[in-house]
Amino acid sequence: MHTPNVTFHERVDKALRDQILHTALDRATGRFQTMRLSALASLEDADAVRDRARLIRAHTLSRLDAYLEQFATNVEKAGGHVHFAADASALNEIVNEIARKHDVKTVVKGKSMISEEAELNRALESNDIRVVETDLGEYIIQLAGETPSHIVGPAIHKTKEQIGELLHEKISIPYTDDPAQMTAAARAKLRREFLEADMGISGVNFGIAETGTICLVENEGNGRLTTTAPRVHVALMGIERIVPNLDDLSVMLQVLARSATGQKITVYTNLITGPRRNGEGDGPDELHIILLDNGRSRVLGTEVAEILYCIRCGACLNACPVYREIGGHAYGSVYTGPVGAVLTPALGGIAAWNDLPQASSLCGACREVCPVRIDIPRMLLVERDQATRAGKMAWWLRLGLHLYSFTVTRPALFHAATTFSRWGSRLAAAPTNGWIKRLPPPLIGWTRSRDFPAFAKKSFREQFEASHKK
Amino acid sequence: MNVNAPRRAQLFATCLIETLRPEAGMAVVRVLEKLGVTVEYPQGQTCCGQPAFNGGAWDDARAMAKHTLNVLSKSDAPIIVPSGSCADMLVHHYPELLASDPKFGALAESIAARTYEFTQFLVDVLGVTELDAHLTERVTYHPSCHLLRGLRIIEPPRKLLENLQGGEIVELPHAEECCGFGGLFAIKMADISSAMLERKLDAIESTRAETVVGCDVSCLLHIGGGLHRRGTNIGTKHLAEILDQKS
Repeated sequence: MHTPNVTFHERVDKALRDQILHTALDRATGRFQTMRLSALASLEDADAVRDRARLIRAHTLSRLDAYLEQFATNVEKAGGHVHFAADASALNEIVNEIARKHDVKTVVKGKSMISEEAELNRALESNDIRVVETDLGEYIIQLAGETPSHIVGPAIHKTKEQIGELLHEKISIPYTDDPAQMTAAARAKLRREFLEADMGISGVNFGIAETGTICLVENEGNGRLTTTAPRVHVALMGIERIVPNLDDLSVMLQVLARSATGQKITVYTNLITGPRRNGEGDGPDELHIILLDNGRSRVLGTEVAEILYCIRCGACLNACPVYREIGGHAYGSVYTGPVGAVLTPALGGIAAWNDLPQASSLCGACREVCPVRIDIPRMLLVERDQATRAGKMAWWLRLGLHLYSFTVTRPALFHAATTFSRWGSRLAAAPTNGWIKRLPPPLIGWTRSRDFPAFAKKSFREQFEASHKK
Repeated sequence: MNVNAPRRAQLFATCLIETLRPEAGMAVVRVLEKLGVTVEYPQGQTCCGQPAFNGGAWDDARAMAKHTLNVLSKSDAPIIVPSGSCADMLVHHYPELLASDPKFGALAESIAARTYEFTQFLVDVLGVTELDAHLTERVTYHPSCHLLRGLRIIEPPRKLLENLQGGEIVELPHAEECCGFGGLFAIKMADISSAMLERKLDAIESTRAETVVGCDVSCLLHIGGGLHRRGTNIGTKHLAEILDQKS
């Protein structure tokens, strides 16, 4: 994964100043959250279904090698081809190779996070292949030359007014901020692309081991067209996206759309087993499924392995108070929000991504909404510890915490230190009514927006002992 | 009140109550004693070590956890912590941090099993939901994150508050959202933390409450510092201080 060339703090700074971003995020995440709640309420015993979904993920990952083998065997039995890509460049090479073989000039794409992770578009375009995103959100950010900022809503950072201006400028339609009119305009443009494209590239929500089927959920029908109209279909999936059988799939589908968009089920649920068979009217001549590792197998069996349970619903992003303030781009990775803060360092290395696990107040809202109950705060903590071990903690903080620990484990010293701080803080706060208006560095961040009270005149211990003299 | 309820308890006051908000600790003591519970103050208690744990300095956090476990293991009385966050640290994170420690692993488990957050002890252990105290002001309740989602203590503080006579309780809009404190997060990521706080302060001001009530001095310190910077007259109180108000 590429690390961005501006620091995390610079990206955050920019995001915090962006009023339009906040308008967009507040509108969208607020609506997602309300709809999620009502959709889950429509599910009988949603908690039990979530428990079941979690068990399915845990079980599958505990014997992923066997399920992957079964999946690959059954895909091939159905006439499809399976490729394993160890990393992003291997994946891009495989796709380019298939494209060369079929003399592909134009590709239509459905939404795929794996493609974003591998930066596939750039790899295809460098071989003079034209790539057209067909998911409306992806289409918008492709026109804008941006990356997705949300797992489910890639253009969530844009207001409808901004999108209206973008479409006016890029595809020359009269300005409108009416979503229905904008959608219709994009649809008209894209319809032709589907018919003319040589290859369709899609993501995969789940691969079903028992049948060799891939499941793809979507709302716009672009996924169905991408996977059926062009003569070659290439489906990209992470190696962890396996479920054992169709019964298990039905459990996952019950929680996926509800958690993601607040729908009971998506408008389209595509189940694809092999390419077009003899006598069938549509479907591709060839189906290629590429399984990407890119660090995932290294995460299996570690303390953060649970992050691979993720089914990419995006509920944790919508619930996250930090995401709502800084948006997705500040994370600097295609995987944003709480899940991204754990997954990106897990896949890309803690040394390069050590800021992400720090960007959380550990409020636990993400764990609360996760359909498979991933303990995200716990894993953020594990990664913070890893970052420290990798020498990534600021020296003043490291020293400060050492000194703090040294003091706290020696009660007499602790009392001396707190007494000292008491007089110091009371002195500093004396001219300002008992509140400190400006703390010294490195604590200065606190008093940029908050006052800090002086220590109490008598400590609790002193007060307790005075009132409980024998 | 439960007949078999314990008659004594150890108070782990927390470092913030020790230094910044002793009146909240004294209120806890008075409320418990009024209910016939003898309060022990284990000597040598300092800080639970959460700043180091959340900050990613787990070796330091382990040293502090061991210190606190030693301090609390001298008595077999249940432990009361007047903070959701510190109680969560003792209940959930000590056992995790020390899981592979031959000596302290089991001790952490046994201490966790008899550690209670203050309102949890009142309602779930003592069986008390009504206290002889008066609410004299218009208050709003902020359920702190580790109390709510860490320990899943949802109803006890609300019940205790609602059963008081007088005053007025106004529901805080988006009450369950984090105030942005997060310990060192408020310093390391001060700008994000501040942005989160601004939303919380707006919500609080919209209730026109005189006092924000909570069960964590840490969050109240954060919210209180923000309210003071804004120049409002809204104060903050630990729930124990409200429950201790004379009728």
